Amino acid sequence: MIQNKSIPERIFDMFNMVFLLVIMIITLYPLIYVVIASFSSPSAIYQSKGLLLYPLNPTLEGYELVFRNRSILSGYTNTVFYMAVGTPINLVLTSLGAYVLSRKKLKWSKLFMMMIVITMYFSGGLIPLFLIVRGLGLIGKFWAVILPGAISTWNLIVMRTAFQAIPDSLEESAKIDGAHDFIILFKIIIPLSLPILAVMGLFYGVGHWNAWFYAVVFLRNRAMYPLQLILRELLIMNVERESFKLVTTSELQAVEMMQLLKYAVIVVATVPILFVYPFLQKYFVKGVMIGSLKG
Amino acid sequence: MDGLLLSAVKDFKMNKWVYLMAVPVLAYYLIFFYGPMYGAIIAFKDFRGGQGILGSPWVGLKHFRSFFQSSFIWRLLRNTTLLSVYGLAFGFPAPIIFALLINEVRVKFFKRAVQTVSYIPHFISIVVVCGMIVDMTASEGLINDIIALFGGTRTNYLIKPEMFRTIYISSSIWTGLGWGSIIYLAALSNVDVQLYEAAIIDGANRLKQALHITVPSIMPTVIILLILQIGNLLSIGWEKVLLLYNPLTYETADIISTYVYRRGLEMADYSFSTAIGLFNSCVNLVLLYSANKISQLTNETSLW
Repeated sequence: MIQNKSIPERIFDMFNMVFLLVIMIITLYPLIYVVIASFSSPSAIYQSKGLLLYPLNPTLEGYELVFRNRSILSGYTNTVFYMAVGTPINLVLTSLGAYVLSRKKLKWSKLFMMMIVITMYFSGGLIPLFLIVRGLGLIGKFWAVILPGAISTWNLIVMRTAFQAIPDSLEESAKIDGAHDFIILFKIIIPLSLPILAVMGLFYGVGHWNAWFYAVVFLRNRAMYPLQLILRELLIMNVERESFKLVTTSELQAVEMMQLLKYAVIVVATVPILFVYPFLQKYFVKGVMIGSLKG
Repeated sequence: MDGLLLSAVKDFKMNKWVYLMAVPVLAYYLIFFYGPMYGAIIAFKDFRGGQGILGSPWVGLKHFRSFFQSSFIWRLLRNTTLLSVYGLAFGFPAPIIFALLINEVRVKFFKRAVQTVSYIPHFISIVVVCGMIVDMTASEGLINDIIALFGGTRTNYLIKPEMFRTIYISSSIWTGLGWGSIIYLAALSNVDVQLYEAAIIDGANRLKQALHITVPSIMPTVIILLILQIGNLLSIGWEKVLLLYNPLTYETADIISTYVYRRGLEMADYSFSTAIGLFNSCVNLVLLYSANKISQLTNETSLW
């Protein structure tokens, strides 16, 4: 399809690209600013007024502050733990659910599906959930952070669609060979669905990494706080520096270091996600498409 | 009756592994979703911890009445509605327009670059995004730096009630623009190329092509997502409000969900806050149902 562009079209194309470029800059610059600031020195960054295009008095002091900080390190290990325990649970439950819902010949599958979809539109609310978790004796236990969000209905539906796409013939021949559903799930469906499982694993993993809310509601012990909660204290609640045990020689220096710490900790908390990001990108577009087609 | 029982037993025997697999999944939904739905009955009781959900006394619509007669209900309703409506008005079209613009780009490399960059904000945690907002809107922050560059005066924007909605919505657009456009770009890529070729043969220029082919092709997607958004009207992204608001901005920032949180978890007023939350959920359902019905009547697209 060869099409000669008219002048108005060329102008539009040019403006379009410039506009999109501006959007790219607006999207990226705050992040770039944070990274640049994190590599600057405390006093320089505290006094700077204006756009940053390069680090001021480049130093790794910010990162030293981060890695020497007990609270941040504890938050980090907690988050990694929640992610390591939570993600397999997510995947197992979601796969089981997706398998069950994808079986056409099941008498109850429509009922199950309806039961589950209703929860997407109506819920009892935060307080009743809190009371239930309390009733289960999970307040203050790490299970309270992992279990309430164990299955994401949206992910469940996407996975169900993916399972449904696997040809029946494979199932049939396995059944003829005497296999029951467990074997079908493990030996046939799952090996054929590795891409979607990988995407779901990454989605759930990122979800755990960024999670903070259930921790706020259900946890009481600061030693169990995930990273995001520590970040919340640092970045938003402007917690007194005493709880962060910074070693300083003057009031001003403490304030400066807190400021630098903020930037460095944002980078340290976000970089792992950005490492994962290129791997995600290939798959999540497909994943969203699968989900949207079935809707 | 006999036949029904017999076929049920047969079905169970044949599929026992599947039913076994369903157990943990159903248990999850029963405990964490239907459990709270049952627990929501405390909205009609005066919940006393010692007596539990069943033991607490019934008070009927007392909490609902006191909510509707309260001085703050209007503030909450207004803030929730305005935040949602403005969010919808600005935040809903943005990814669509973005997708349409990207779709027009012919330079493959640039197209991919824009998309890749635009997805990044979605993966940054809400805490970090809000942390950046707090930092950027402060008197010494980036936004004020730019304002000072143009000769304006520095002010802390996050403590100003009148700025809250702007900050909230523009940062939501920043975060969600790229990710939100994925679904539209997917729909756009599904459009048959032959439609465009036929249009060109008929002499349509790019604008006409866009209006008559491109836009109609994503309308079903747009409508479904719009219905879903409307159904969420009263409970939009309130985690973010919780992170961004402060007592100085309650006037415009306090929404129903954040009030429920404060009243319920911080002040332990369980029954009352559950009543408000229930009210919230019901209104959402009504909105969702209405939006779907309207769409059903005017187009063929609907959710169910």
